[in-house]
Parts: sequence; C-alpha cells; structure tokens
Amino acid sequence: MLVNGDAVEVDVPGMRRLLDVLREDLGLSGTKEGCGEGECGACSVLLDGELVDACLVPICQVDGHVVRTVEGLAGRAVDGQPDLSQLDVVQSAFLETGGAQCGICTPGMLMAAHAFLASGADPTDEAIREAIAGNLCRCTGYTKIVDAIVLAAHSASQPPVE
Amino acid sequence: MTIRTPTPRGPVRSAPARSAPDALVVPPGEITTGHARGAPLRREGPAKLTGVAKYADDLVFPGAWYGGTVRSTEAHARLDAIELDPGFDWSGVVVVSAADIPGDNVVSLISDDQPVLVPVGGEIRHHAEPVALLAAPDRGMLREARQRLTLRTTPLPAVFDPLQSGEVFAHFDIRRGDVEAALAGAELVVEGIYRVGHQEQLYIENQAMIAVPRDDGGVAVHGSLQCPYYIHKALKRALLLDDRRARVVQTETGGGFGGKEEYPSMIALHAALLALKCKRPVRMIYERHEDIAATTKRHPAIVTYRSGVDREGHLIAQDIEVVMDGGAYTTLTPVVLSRGTLHAGGPYACENVRIRSRAVATNTPPNGAFRGFGAPQVEFAAEMQVNRIAEVLKVSPLELRRRWVYQRGDVTPTGQVLRESVAGEEVLLRATEAAEYERVRERTAGARARRGADGSGREGGDRTASGIGLALGWHGAGFTGSGEVHLASIASVELTADGRIAVLTASTEMGQGTKTIFPQLAAAELGVPVEDVDIAPQDTGIVPDSGPTVASRTAMVVGGLVIKACRRLREEVEARTGRPFAEAYRDDARDHGPTRVDQQFEPYPGVQFDDATYSGDAYPAFGWAACVAEVDVDLDTGEVAVRNVVAADDVGRVIHPVLAEGQVEGGTLQAIGYATIEEIKLEDGRYLNDRLATYLIPTALDAPRITSILVEAPFSGAPHGAKGVGELPMDVGAPAVVDAIHDATGVWIHDLPASPERILAALGATGPTSSSSAGRSRSDKDVEGAVDAAMDAPIEVGTDPLPTERTDAQPFRAPTDR
Repeated sequence: MLVNGDAVEVDVPGMRRLLDVLREDLGLSGTKEGCGEGECGACSVLLDGELVDACLVPICQVDGHVVRTVEGLAGRAVDGQPDLSQLDVVQSAFLETGGAQCGICTPGMLMAAHAFLASGADPTDEAIREAIAGNLCRCTGYTKIVDAIVLAAHSASQPPVE
Repeated sequence: MTIRTPTPRGPVRSAPARSAPDALVVPPGEITTGHARGAPLRREGPAKLTGVAKYADDLVFPGAWYGGTVRSTEAHARLDAIELDPGFDWSGVVVVSAADIPGDNVVSLISDDQPVLVPVGGEIRHHAEPVALLAAPDRGMLREARQRLTLRTTPLPAVFDPLQSGEVFAHFDIRRGDVEAALAGAELVVEGIYRVGHQEQLYIENQAMIAVPRDDGGVAVHGSLQCPYYIHKALKRALLLDDRRARVVQTETGGGFGGKEEYPSMIALHAALLALKCKRPVRMIYERHEDIAATTKRHPAIVTYRSGVDREGHLIAQDIEVVMDGGAYTTLTPVVLSRGTLHAGGPYACENVRIRSRAVATNTPPNGAFRGFGAPQVEFAAEMQVNRIAEVLKVSPLELRRRWVYQRGDVTPTGQVLRESVAGEEVLLRATEAAEYERVRERTAGARARRGADGSGREGGDRTASGIGLALGWHGAGFTGSGEVHLASIASVELTADGRIAVLTASTEMGQGTKTIFPQLAAAELGVPVEDVDIAPQDTGIVPDSGPTVASRTAMVVGGLVIKACRRLREEVEARTGRPFAEAYRDDARDHGPTRVDQQFEPYPGVQFDDATYSGDAYPAFGWAACVAEVDVDLDTGEVAVRNVVAADDVGRVIHPVLAEGQVEGGTLQAIGYATIEEIKLEDGRYLNDRLATYLIPTALDAPRITSILVEAPFSGAPHGAKGVGELPMDVGAPAVVDAIHDATGVWIHDLPASPERILAALGATGPTSSSSAGRSRSDKDVEGAVDAAMDAPIEVGTDPLPTERTDAQPFRAPTDR
C-alpha cells in the first residue's frame, strides 16, 4: 500500500485494524483512537481519497490502496517527520482560527476537511457541518472548526498574495 | 498594566442606573489570516496539527506490558475471594490485589474512604469498582487472563435513590434574613422541583497512564491528567514513596473538563502497582467503554426551590434545598456541593435566603469534577424559577432579571458585599441585544398564538415550533472560600543562563490554552518577545506545585502569580544592571548566570471567608454569563434543534480572544448537550449506555452557530484583572435552552435533559401549543399544585415598573408547610 506517498509493506494478520497498523506497525501515531467503534471519527484517514474510520477497516482491505494520514499533510523535515513550519493550508487555517484545542480530534478533523475540500462542494456552513458530522469534538463547539474550513477553502482558491 | 488587549476597546454602554465597568467586545465570527487577532498562535498548535504531539497512548516504552483492571459487576457486595483458574498458566501474567499495596489502601483526596483496590473481606460499593489488576505482555493474553479470574462475592442490599440514603458526605446550611416570614408575606410564591442527571465529560482522549519503574525503587507515571500534584500525593501515600521517587509527567492531554482532575490518581496508582510488581513499564490505556462505565460523572441533583415575590415585583425570598448524589465514595463531593450551595440563589439580590444542601452516598460509581462543579445543576433550577416567575407575572424574563440582578454593593447569602467586578447586567444586555431577544420573542409569541391552544392552527402543516430563551448566571472565580490560601500555590519564572525566560508551573494544557497565555503574560510583563518565553514541562520533578488545573483558576490565580514573579524578576535584573529589563536581560544572563523567582500565593486584599460559619467572601470575585438560545421543536417527535446561541461572558480581562471564545463556544455546546441529549440511564447501579454509540454528545450538525461576546469587568486583586472563563458558559446554556423550549411549546421541562420523551409527555399532557401554565403532568403534585394554583390565581403586583396586568382580587398565598 501507499501511505503518505511512501510504498509500505507489512506482514500482519489480515483482520488487523488499519488503525493499529498505522499506529503500532508504522509508528504513525498522529491518527488517534477515541472509541474503537466508528462513532467519534478521531481515527479518520483518507483511503483512496475517501474518508474512513481506520478502526473499522481491516488491513486486508487496504492491500494495494492509497492511505493518507495527518502526517502526510505538512511538508517534511530532513528526518522525514512533518515540518512544523510547513503547515498546509487547512492546518494553517485551523491554527489561525482556533480550530484545534486539545488536539485529539484534530488529525481526523483535518482529514475530514480535506475530503470535503477535495469534493469541490460549496463551503457553506451547512455543507461543512455535514462533512464533519462524523467527527466528534468536545472542546470547540465546532464554530471555529467551521471557520477554519471556510478560511481554508477561501485561501486554497486564491493564490498567495506575496 | 501591560497586558495587551488585541482589539480596540468598544464604546462604553450606557447601562442604566449603575456604573458599568468598561467593556470590550470582540467581534464574533471574525476570520483573519496570519495571526489569532493580534495574539500569538496556540503554542503547541503546530505539533497537534501535524500529528507530532505525543498523547499518552502515542508514547513507546520498549518492553512495556499492557495493564487491565478487574472490576466489580455488583453495586454492593462483600468481596469473599479472588479466584485464579488453576487451569491457566499464570506465570506469564502479573496479578495485583489490595494485598500488594505497600502503603495505605486509599486514593488520597478529601476523605480516605476510597480504596485503590477493594481488599478481600472488604466491601464493593459500586458497579465497575476496581478489585484486581492484571498485566500481560500482549493484549490477547491480558484478555485471556481476565476471563480466568473470578470474583466470589456475597451480595449486600444497595441504595440507589439519593433521597433514601442515610449516609451524608457533606451538608451546608446558609441563612440570610428570615425566609419563612418573607414567604408568608409574599404576594406570589412559586415552587418547583428540578432534577438533573449524570453527565459524562467525554474528553475524546480516553483516560491513559503509563507507569515506569525507577532504579531507586520509585515510579514515574506519564499520562493524561489535569493535576500532577494530586497524583504525586496519591502515589506517595499508597506506595510509601518520598517526593523524589514519585514522579508525575503530563503527556499531551486530549481534553479534561474535570474528568481528569481526580480519577487519574486511581489509574496512576493501578499502573504503578503493576509496574513495580512486574518491574517493567505498564500501559494502562482505557477503552471508551471502560472509561464511561467506570470514571466519574457530573453529580445528579434534586433541587427544591421556593421563591417569594412582593407586591412590587421584588424578589424577597429564596428557600432552596439541594440534594446531590455523590455516588459510592466522597471524591470531591463536599467541594462540589459547597460550590453548588453558594451558587444556588443565582445572580440575584435577595434579602431572605435559606439554602440547605446535602450530598449523600449511593451504590453508584462515584461522581466528581466536571466543568461548572456543582453550579450548573443549581443554576438550572435558579433560572427555571426566574423564567417561570416571569411567565406568571407576565413580564419579560429580561426585564425581571434587570430588576433582580446583583449590582455593585449588593450582598450575597454568605454576607459577601460585591464591591467590584459586577457585570451581570452588562452581560445580560449584551447577549439580549446581540440576539435581538425581545424582537424574536414577540415573533415567537405571535406564532404560538396563531397556532392556537390545541395546535390546530399550525401554519401550512408546520410541524416545528420556534422559541427563544434566556438565562443569566454567575460563577465564583478560583477556589471556594479560603481554598486558595490553603493551596498556597507557587509559580516560578527563571531567566536562564542562555538568556531565555522559562515559566515553571504545574498548570496543565488540556486544550484551553495555558501554554499560550502564560508566555503571553510573561512577555507582556517583561517587555520581551513572546518567542523568548518557554514553558517548562508539567513534570513534578521540574515544576513547583501551582495547585490543580481546575476551577477556572489558571488564568486568574496562577497567571497572576506568573505576572508577580515576572515583576520581581524584572526589578532584580534592573536593580543589578541599572537598565530596563528588555535591554539588559540577555547580558545579565551571560554575566550573572540564571535568576529564578518563586512566587507564592498571597491572599487577595480584603477577601475573607470563615469556613466554620460559612460566611464572608465565598469567592474573591465572580464571573458573569448570559445565554440566549433559539430552538426549533418538532411537535410530532419532541426533538429539539438548537439553532442560534449568543453567549456573553465577563471574564475580567481577555488575555487571548480566540482562546477565550473557544472556551465560551465549547462550554456552551457542552451545556446544550446537557440540556437536550446527554443522559445516563442506570439499572441496579450500572450505567446502561456506557458506549459512545449510546451516550450521545452533540455533533457539528447538532451544534448551533454560537456567537460569543467577551465582556471585561476586571478584578483588582489579580494583577491582570482576569477572572477565568472555562466554567462560566456551562452554567447558563441548559436553562436558556429549556426556556426556549417553553417559549416554543408552552410547556416547562423540569428535568434534564429535555429529551424528546419528556417533551412529548409534557406536550401530550397539555396540548401541543398551550401557552398557559396550566396542566402540568409531573408526579410531584403537591408542589406543582401549588405552582399551578399560583399561576392560575389572580395576583396583584405593582405596575411600576413591571408591566404586569393589575387585578384587584385577593392575593394568593402559597402553602408553606413544605
């Protein structure tokens, strides 16, 4: 499978959860576990561009497919880790508007935002809320998350001023 | 005063008949690029946004085993034996029971009643109580071992109804004036019983703790927590460790809301006992099911309320009885009850008040800290009373509150004179203006009238009814009474040898912004770039005991200590160098080496509280909050959609507008969940809906657009004027929503949550659009009967200044035999 652009091969039982493969076998602990039963969305990743709960996906279904996690959003530093100074447009928008508080839902929320923005849908308040309805946040009241996605849509559609 | 407020001060409102503090309004919903509206960006934000931030379960400790907890499946029983299946190979597994605890078998907190593990021969007092611990090298073996361990017990009779419990954890009795005489002379007496249930904090990161044995025989625990020194104390007590050999390190923490105030001590002890026995790191990571089933919740409460109003419409009497269900052990219950007692009257001046409260034991899992800490329960009741009285008097709920709300100089039930920082009217006016409360209320009243009493006039088959509701609240800032004096917190600031500033406190970051605002405060005080200020890790081996990260005290109390420490540091460096700190500090660090200042809490001037008589200044200051909620109620299904909310909160001083708004918005949504959908069902003392699939919290679709208005009425005792923000919004959301449901439907819901079942039952009893107060369907007929009578009876109330209908009939007298 392809994870954040890297070809990856794992030798694990087919029913092992994608979540555990990412977190434990590949060391990509940015994807979080909140409930283990597909209710909270903290483990959301993109599977061939589709938003999925990694706790509900057995690894056998990922064979030969493309996975994108939160670690694949920002630019990379020399050590291969995400470069904190090279946030992508959605991450920057979350930082600016206050869309991340405790941060535990944030990786999944970012992936939901990416799936929404990639869909090309009109970034209305209602459409955004629909798009993140499977991702629970207990800190923000969602207002600033919606603001962040609006801002990201706006920023993405305009070339940088500088 | 060197705190930078990022937006220009708004025009000062001309609030009538009072000297309003200057207020600053941060425009809501404003989106800017590049900076959080003039304030620094969240300090640890980039790490959280890239997945780099390490939460407990993200940490890798080579060779670590997995720990698990064996819990009771009965609510009350004697533990006769812990039986290990002889057919299982136990050599690869570690088992810990109470017999393995070297020190006292107590989770150190207020009382010593809660054991770390129930000992054999001891008493199981609630479902899901920890009895034994297991650790295994992998999850599969842990699961297998758990199935091979059996608890042999003898059942004991259990108490689930707090009103039937004879075991009292704490009780308070506050009296001011003569409440019986005032009620006897009142023109109108309105009574009510309000019941609120459990609420789960539901931080999205489950409880998690990893213990690592130390070479010196001690243990270090790394975990998700709010209060490092609570755990430190608990480890020392039960494991017989000294300060140095017990070490507590906070990992990135995925939400707390009070749920990680006291329960992490239990988990840390469990992980540590296993780690010490198997001599390797042990991971104790809860799954959601275990977390909901076993950890603390908001206290359920029953609040009985009698309010008396005189002929002129003044509030002249409040007689309040509060019963809280503490669950099986004391935990923080006495303090929760204390705060609940002190807030029960609501933010209203009243000469005759009696508040009697008690918290009792039941055979249910212990309840504990949750944002608001006893206040949301009682303030729901207080606001219900005000809204119901407004209905009886046929006066706007806004107008009634303007008449009653505390002004500067007013006296609270404990005899506290509100000398300053009194902004109840300010937040009330700002929220209602922004929400166009009176205009919307006229519209909803018109729609209700057109629908008619039997609902037949529904326009175009419209199944929804819209309503608007209002609530006002207050929240004591910091610890109650002399709590801060007893805590004697310390915060430190150091100019390091390499010319940087380090802030050392035990105040934890759990999303609310500690790591962002402390550098802001220090940088502003010292005149240095915020980038030059570092935050030391929340590690008991490094930082002093700044007290717990609770009670909305971090910005006000610990933030104040940081500023004072910075002042002393600045004075010291300036005295030594003869130059301004900002110019001199790098040179001074190079020439003189590091300089550290430890600042201990000093009592706020003029603030005094007598713990014995429960009189005096219950809090150094209060924060004030108003909430206006608009709802749509589906008249066929009883479902409530909260559409818009305006929240105005007085936080003293805004340090960081984006973070402060984030607190208001998040707290408001938790309150909306409390009001509408969050409910724990119990059967024989066991939580039935102990999964995320069955315990529901609001999603983005359930959440309204929340407009937050920040008001500043600074507190002079804090060097920066801040009073805290975290808990304020939690106190007012639920009564505002329930008031809006009433505005939409004409029915009052007395119990939280206002679930579809409760709304349909109420609608069924009265007809869907009754706008009168008749025909309540609740079982407590004695009280309701009195209220119905009060509402139906003609009452005489002075017309000036209340715009009520005047009648000349005999004034109503409520029965006073309750």
